[in-house]
Amino acid sequence: MSLIADDWSAISLSLQLATLTILLLLLIGTPIAWWLARTRSRWKGAVGAVVALPIVLPPTVLGFYLLITLGPNGPIGNLTQSLGLGLLPFTFPGLVIASVCYSLPFVVQPVQNAFEAIGDAPLEAAATLRAGPWDRFFFVALPLARPGLITGTILGFAHTIGEFGMVLMIGGNIPDKTRVVSMQIYNHVEAFEYAQAHTLAGGLLVFSFCVLWALYSLGAGRKIWK
Amino acid sequence: MEMSDGIEASFQVRFGEFALSAELCLPGKGVIALFGPSGSGKTTLLRCVAGLQRASAGRLVVNGDCWQDESKKFFVPTHRRPLGYVFQEANLFAHLNVQHNLEFGMKRVAASERRVVWEQALELLGIGHLLNRRPTTLSGGERQRVGIARALLTSPRLLLLDEPLASLDVARKKEILPYLERLRDELSIPILYVSHAPDEVARLADHIVVLEEGRILADGSLAETLTRLDLPIRLGDEAGVVVEGTIAERDSAWHLARVDFSGGALWVRDGGTPVGHKVRVRILARDVSIAPTRFDSSIANTLPATVVDNGEDDHPALLLVRLRVGSEFLIARLTKRSASHIGLVPGMPVWVQIKAVAVL
Repeated sequence: MSLIADDWSAISLSLQLATLTILLLLLIGTPIAWWLARTRSRWKGAVGAVVALPIVLPPTVLGFYLLITLGPNGPIGNLTQSLGLGLLPFTFPGLVIASVCYSLPFVVQPVQNAFEAIGDAPLEAAATLRAGPWDRFFFVALPLARPGLITGTILGFAHTIGEFGMVLMIGGNIPDKTRVVSMQIYNHVEAFEYAQAHTLAGGLLVFSFCVLWALYSLGAGRKIWK
Repeated sequence: MEMSDGIEASFQVRFGEFALSAELCLPGKGVIALFGPSGSGKTTLLRCVAGLQRASAGRLVVNGDCWQDESKKFFVPTHRRPLGYVFQEANLFAHLNVQHNLEFGMKRVAASERRVVWEQALELLGIGHLLNRRPTTLSGGERQRVGIARALLTSPRLLLLDEPLASLDVARKKEILPYLERLRDELSIPILYVSHAPDEVARLADHIVVLEEGRILADGSLAETLTRLDLPIRLGDEAGVVVEGTIAERDSAWHLARVDFSGGALWVRDGGTPVGHKVRVRILARDVSIAPTRFDSSIANTLPATVVDNGEDDHPALLLVRLRVGSEFLIARLTKRSASHIGLVPGMPVWVQIKAVAVL
């Protein structure tokens, strides 16, 4: 039941994808979460709904539209082509973009909740202590939202590792490029290599359990500032 | 008063049912109490001064510096105003220990503008031993002292306190009040102090602004305002005056101290204040009675006085009488029947008996 080279390649690819995705998500998702937590704009509901769409949509639907948008006749496809970058579908960067869209709510929502829980009081205190808006964000809001940021990071990472439908639509099944663990398991099952499938599937199961266990233990000990 | 000395504030705010309309010209130093029941707009007024809330129509000049002038769309945001703000719940940063909380504001002020020294602030508020503690491990009183020190360390030119004692029990209040008095006596900056507690105001304030339902009812020096007959009604049992005097003698046999003031002398319980020190005493209207002639009674504090005028109290049976004692005023509460019985008229010389004097 040892892992073959293709399996290791898939594991490595999955980890790279999840790491890159979560870094991008923290960069993109944190400002979105901040805006959603603080805004009184009438667009708040609409933006919140768009962010949450991946939770309810089948990955195939999201994948399908991304495929069209990123494809040769889509707006982003046109852009990447005119920039000389070629097309994104069935490439690793394309997979990263798809994963960012797909895992967005799993990062934005916990971070948004954390920002909302902070309330106005500490930010007002910081303002009376000479801290400008950016200062307040980086030195008061972010540190106080740490539990939410940790939760979002763990959830976003685990969710990216676990995606399948989206990879199928946007990434295809190209060895060393887009063949991640979930894809490799599918390949093994298709080829009736149940032992190989077991090893990877079991590994993923244990991984997911450990992640959620850590998360819920953290949640139980919410008072992170002892 | 010169243009550069004092606080000129004028704000019009409206949200929902509530409207605040205030126009004030306040002294540029000392404790200015914003006094009124909850919902009277005193906290809103304070937040407008801090810039935490932007009044749609507003103008604010603090000791010559303009912080807001909506007629010119001019508004200095809170973080650029040299003020200190102490919140009702202290509002310390939960992710920082006491030392880092204290440093937060100080670090953001240019070294050349720091006038309050670290050691001085720690000593003034007695918090030197708390530096490594987390805010959650502090008592309510300790949190509030750290909050005050944190505000002071920004070397503010105006200190704003929003009911800093409201969330504390009586024992903790007693713990903080001396620190607030030291602030008043040792800092030469104006302090706006929001409170709904008459005893705090009587003890700390030099100037008082009385608010009700978003309007200013009265604005003046503490002594003047407390002796206005149209206001005490709103204070009910707490109606009374504050008199400043000097400890002239201490009688160790009876544990009493004599406080001399312009109208004579009052014997009070000896609280340990040394001879020669200035004290404030509070005399409540309900503790003052009036007699046409002097007679012996168990009441030690009997002084000659002149009736100035009288006004209606909150019950039709009662009357508030303003009396002059030396250069001070006292207010007495008595029934209309007693007043009629002794033939009370303005200008009449009487004796006042003061049943209780509280040293503040």
